[in-house]
Amino acid sequence: MSVINTTHLKRLEYESIEILREVVAEFDNPAMLYSIGKDSSVMLHLAQKAFAPGTPPFPLVHVDTTWKFKEMIEFRDQRAKEVGMDLIVHTNPEGLAMNISPFEHGSALHTDMMKTQGLKQMLDHYQFDAVFGGARRDEEKSRAKERVFSFRDKHHRWDPKNQRPELWNIYNAEHHKGESFRIFPLSNWTELDIWQYIYLENIPVPSLYLAQPRLVAEVDGMKVLVDDERFPETLRKNAKTEMVRFRTLGCYPLTGAIESNATTLPEVIQEMLLTKTSERQGRAIDKDASASMEKKKQEGYF
Amino acid sequence: MDANNALIEQDIEAYLKQHENKELLRFITCGSVDDGKSTLIGRLLFDTKMIFEDQLNSVTQDSKVHGTQGAEIDLALLVDGLQAEREQGITIDVAYRFFATDKRKFIVADTPGHQQYTRNMATGASTANAAVILVDARHGVLEQTRRHSFVTHLLGIRHLIIAVNKMDLVDYDAQRFDEIQQQYWQFAEPLGIEQAQFIPISALTGDNIATESSKMPWYSGSTLLDALEQLPLDELDDAEDFRFAVQWVNRPNAQFRGFSGTISAGRISVGDAITVYPSGQTTHIADIIEPSIPPKSTSIDTATVPMAVTLVTTDEVDISRGDWMVKSADTTPSVSHDVEVDLVWLHDTPAQIGQRYLLKNATRKTHGRLQSIEALIDVNTLAKSSADQLQVNEIAQAHIHFDQAWPFDAYADNRTTGSFILIDPISQATVGAAMVTQVLSDTPTVTPHRQYTPFEQDLNALIRQHFPEWETRAIDDLLK
Repeated sequence: MSVINTTHLKRLEYESIEILREVVAEFDNPAMLYSIGKDSSVMLHLAQKAFAPGTPPFPLVHVDTTWKFKEMIEFRDQRAKEVGMDLIVHTNPEGLAMNISPFEHGSALHTDMMKTQGLKQMLDHYQFDAVFGGARRDEEKSRAKERVFSFRDKHHRWDPKNQRPELWNIYNAEHHKGESFRIFPLSNWTELDIWQYIYLENIPVPSLYLAQPRLVAEVDGMKVLVDDERFPETLRKNAKTEMVRFRTLGCYPLTGAIESNATTLPEVIQEMLLTKTSERQGRAIDKDASASMEKKKQEGYF
Repeated sequence: MDANNALIEQDIEAYLKQHENKELLRFITCGSVDDGKSTLIGRLLFDTKMIFEDQLNSVTQDSKVHGTQGAEIDLALLVDGLQAEREQGITIDVAYRFFATDKRKFIVADTPGHQQYTRNMATGASTANAAVILVDARHGVLEQTRRHSFVTHLLGIRHLIIAVNKMDLVDYDAQRFDEIQQQYWQFAEPLGIEQAQFIPISALTGDNIATESSKMPWYSGSTLLDALEQLPLDELDDAEDFRFAVQWVNRPNAQFRGFSGTISAGRISVGDAITVYPSGQTTHIADIIEPSIPPKSTSIDTATVPMAVTLVTTDEVDISRGDWMVKSADTTPSVSHDVEVDLVWLHDTPAQIGQRYLLKNATRKTHGRLQSIEALIDVNTLAKSSADQLQVNEIAQAHIHFDQAWPFDAYADNRTTGSFILIDPISQATVGAAMVTQVLSDTPTVTPHRQYTPFEQDLNALIRQHFPEWETRAIDDLLK
């Protein structure tokens, strides 16, 4: 039989859609962790496609650390409305009461309190048994070995040595009450695949990815955006307007901007192809030890 | 990427256009701890410019602590991910790596070669269309080469590349390379392996990986990367008979009811007659919907493997998750409670005869039991012996009984509809992987046929005679 020559992006799309549908069929209470970045944008787009003509039958959830870029929050609310999905936002109340700030308390404590603990609180409260995440295996070493259906025990812990073998496209979704899965539909996509797909499918992404003049100040060797009045006065003193963009989006004090003149999507891709550093470099979380992500994941980080 | 940098710089949109249409090849690498497998993958990533400077810096740092190459960068550290295995100096699980050339994107399943890790190799092989098997040129074909070839072949991989590595350590000797080929065929032919491509390489020095080696002028074949770019892709897609396991019934409102799933083989068009398994009901395809962003709805006329689509039928037939939709005109699957399988055991708790398991095939789950173990296969010698249990990483020919009659294809015909996993009902771990070799005939009492009255038989004949365009099936056929 003559086989239609399916392109790599189409194959990746079909595989992701199959994963999205399998979760909806297998689980009682799934949700999609929507982190507003480019990977989440692609994941949301695929979910829309998978369940058309209906709306994806699960809510979007966001762990708001209160330190995200302002534009991310506007973009999040706008997209949820456009797509017609419920949006659940959770902020760790203890962290909020303690006024946790990455500037004052450092990235490790902030990430643990506001992201990891916040996420666990939300999962416990809503009893989600499957949560989609936009992580890719090419991002970081410990991800490369993680399953598409990644099992978490009652305490949301990942056990890298005791993962269920995942053969063919058969996913074992069996679990006892209180156990859950993190699901990674974009496991086999690379950063280039993501950008190329965004470009081809015209998927909306926050303009933070595109270069424009922005007020940034050097903090620990990173160019940090002066995004609101919480930016410490002492650090703000030497802030200046530069032509910059972001390769990843997270908490603004922990996300370094890069100098860039890429003002369009093709230019961003161009820059990515010619550049010599990987995308997680802009993130403070990975810097300590090369296995830090693996440790975080065992503690329940996404 | 170097050759492309000019185009990327000058006309990024033209470059993107060119790269929209890449193909995708999945392959697995098999080798033992010392065969240089991680080095090979590190080399492929490095030579295709998939390594960024910061990653290289981090590896350079790590090389000083964990590396085995002295002052040199240990490329293996690019791929040995988890902390635990770094400390042990080995890869302990299946990892997936990605690289791309102008023509193709590659997904590499990096699987360990230890005897105890047959299960990881089976996992990696299950989604791959090709395998690269590493042989150390100094040691030649070993027991493990046989094991790797057997397991990849068992999992349905038909494209093998035998990469004879460490040619630098045998002085790039042509004779040594020829000897290894001969050794290989001595055991490969009886296995049913029909073709394999041999390439002399050195992962450490990069000879015959991305660029032709100047040290082996006697070798006129492709480099490894060329070979990977040229392997045929259609292997997974060439089963003719349309198979579609219903994954999810899409019913967003009273006006729409469609059946979502992924086509695992063949093609389907609007108007085609389909039969639903295991119920045997028939209907026609009214609409095929390609995934699309609402409000746009993309109805298409024809869909093929490997598309994820939503099918709409002309009649309100009862179809639910797990059912198969099969084109009535195609070869139909066999329905039975009993199958012969090749069984790979994946769990430390051994398989016991009579033990009950949850079985998941395509999108359907049912319970069943391990009826008998016909023969245990020694993965090293391929000798068969009898056994009453199956240990982790062992492979056997076995008979599995399903509580419910179920449609099956042979794994050789369809890797999706001919495979299933066994799940322990208590621990819920995935404990086994099975590939159907034969569907055993069912006991006749299990599927009682409806008795047709003489009137119904006459009516059927009349309809078939006067309304052939209805494509009504003959009652005799139904009773077969």
